Amino acid sequence: MKGNSSNSGNPQQGQHSASAGTLAASPRSRPRPRLAVFKFASCDGCQLSLLDCEDELLAAAEAVEIAYFPEASSRMEPGPYDLALVEGSITTPHDAQRIQEVRRCSRFVVTIGACATAGGIQSLKNWAHHEDYLKWVYARPEFISTLATSTPIADHIRVDYELRGCPINRHQLLEVILAFVRGQRPKLATHSVCLDCKLKGTVCVEVAQGIPCLGPITHTGCGAICPTYDRGCYGCFGPAAQPNCRSLTDHCLQTGTSASTLLPLLRNFNGYAPEFREASNRVEALSAAAASVKEPIDE
Amino acid sequence: MSSKPSSEFPFSPPAPDSPANHNPDGTSLFLPRDDLNTLIGKLTADGYQVVGPRLEQEAIIYGEISGADDLPIGWTDLQEAGKYRLQPRGDQAFFGYTVGPHSWKKFLFPPVAVVATAERDGTGWKLDTPDAEPPKYAFLGVRACELAAIKVQDRVFLGGPYTDPIYQKRRNAAFIIAVNCTQAASTCFCTSMNTGPRCTAGFDLALTEISDGFLLEIGSAAGNAVASGLSLQPASDEQSGRGESARQQAVSQISKHMDTTDIRDLLMGNLQHPRWDDVANRCLSCTNCTMVCPTCFCSSVKDVSDLTGDHIDRERRWDSCFNMDFSYMNGAPVRNSIHSRYRQWMTHKLASWHDQFGSSGCVGCGRCITWCPTGIDLTEEVAAIRSSPSSGRSERPPISDAEVSAT
Repeated sequence: MKGNSSNSGNPQQGQHSASAGTLAASPRSRPRPRLAVFKFASCDGCQLSLLDCEDELLAAAEAVEIAYFPEASSRMEPGPYDLALVEGSITTPHDAQRIQEVRRCSRFVVTIGACATAGGIQSLKNWAHHEDYLKWVYARPEFISTLATSTPIADHIRVDYELRGCPINRHQLLEVILAFVRGQRPKLATHSVCLDCKLKGTVCVEVAQGIPCLGPITHTGCGAICPTYDRGCYGCFGPAAQPNCRSLTDHCLQTGTSASTLLPLLRNFNGYAPEFREASNRVEALSAAAASVKEPIDE
Repeated sequence: MSSKPSSEFPFSPPAPDSPANHNPDGTSLFLPRDDLNTLIGKLTADGYQVVGPRLEQEAIIYGEISGADDLPIGWTDLQEAGKYRLQPRGDQAFFGYTVGPHSWKKFLFPPVAVVATAERDGTGWKLDTPDAEPPKYAFLGVRACELAAIKVQDRVFLGGPYTDPIYQKRRNAAFIIAVNCTQAASTCFCTSMNTGPRCTAGFDLALTEISDGFLLEIGSAAGNAVASGLSLQPASDEQSGRGESARQQAVSQISKHMDTTDIRDLLMGNLQHPRWDDVANRCLSCTNCTMVCPTCFCSSVKDVSDLTGDHIDRERRWDSCFNMDFSYMNGAPVRNSIHSRYRQWMTHKLASWHDQFGSSGCVGCGRCITWCPTGIDLTEEVAAIRSSPSSGRSERPPISDAEVSAT
């Protein structure tokens, strides 16, 4: 889907093509595709979404062989895997190495959740000095080996599909797994949260109540939960397709939302997603420019 | 409307002589205020699910009504581009507001519907079209612009050689109680579109609210049957006069206008106008305008299967020309920029709709203006193009860089 191609010289390529047929064929007649679930810097919530499938879990376990899923089972089988679900972002030198291993032993890599697709809430450190963060959090920071940034998986390896959300929607997860099992490309909608509000009959909280809402620029997937409970969308599913962040943020600023309200909205779970990142950087710059103009007048 | 569909057009207005008690000036009958509840009760007893205005989610929306107490008594709405606020009126009016975020299309053209199912049957498939009896709706409080919108959707769903059975069943069973507007919002422009504010046809009953009750008009045989069970009185000249001045108040409050002169040729002749770039900078492509529009009818259809793949629902959902996926063909979206999507929406709504359905797709209700999060006003966009039209006509639309890179 996106990301660099640092892994293009994959030494195990031949091994992967040997298992290619299993995914394309019906699960009834061929060996089941082997599924692995890997965790990087994350809260585990997206992996739990798979376990939360409950009613569908047994059927899912019939469709795929769950070969590696430490969160769920101590039975951990070695690769290669047909489908790797990757949760979490890259924040340590060790993880930066490990994700290359995941790519090498997996035919398809699907990232799940805001951490894996956008760097997660931990990417807030990308706007700060990570040594400061280390000092605030750890009693003995000298024992911690960490990178200066939290980055999405696609910044490190080629990713076949990115599933959005903090956390992901389990129905979408099943749809993605099944699509790979059937040899299809997953087809998930990319429109804004606004459409979901309208399908439910939820009245626009921005227009009717003046609540700042990221719905118009946020990717569908949650079912518009927050506006249904009278609060603005805070962008858990990241940017929608071609979001007009500039227009929305300009409008918010012009109609009384302060930069100090808008910034934490944009710099949230998906704050490091390129479109939201650019929008928050712009809001911050505008705010700083406004302050510098204002100061001499105040003096 | 419960009138019998004619072969040419299913919902032609009743012949002028068919309903009894119908005075051409519409002011002959009076329904006392307290008897509105009787009307709702009678419709419920007749098997209708009465839907009408309710106060919910800081707005006046359309939902199920069990009595007159459910109505937004004493509330009104203040509207402007991108802004809607409730406000107390200081009186006890039932219908003292204009139009809100919902429209009747959500009942006639449900946002999500299963249009077909498939069940694996041995080596083949058992196909079915779910045919559950839809609710029999009575719509209470339909405004003139909304009657016009229903008429537009009648043409879309029932007018051509292929009719939509989901819409048709709901539409045929529906009973319509129109309400004449007695005030207008700053976003209303029905007078420009010749759709209101006076309700003239397309209803079973029509009400004009005055302080002590309603002036009542009968628009169909079904309306006459329902009215015959009510304790109607002849309206006095004084009551009729108050009704007329209340309706006139709505007309005089309308401040927004759209010049529709040759609008089809104006827009289609200005496909490269710089204003499209200007509006694309403001448009969020969020779909709000199309979702609140009472005539927008686009949908997409998707097959949804369970894990076994043995049971499949073919699901139809409201969709929008503002979604990039909506024009996805042959590996890429055809309208790959907000510029091209906004232009598509507005030129369809105001221009090519005439070619396709013989009328405008806009009824002047103003919802797309109020509910646009950034307050884009299509009447201003039209005015901007009209004020500096391009010289040439019917130019080929330019292909944007984004569209080139997508192909």
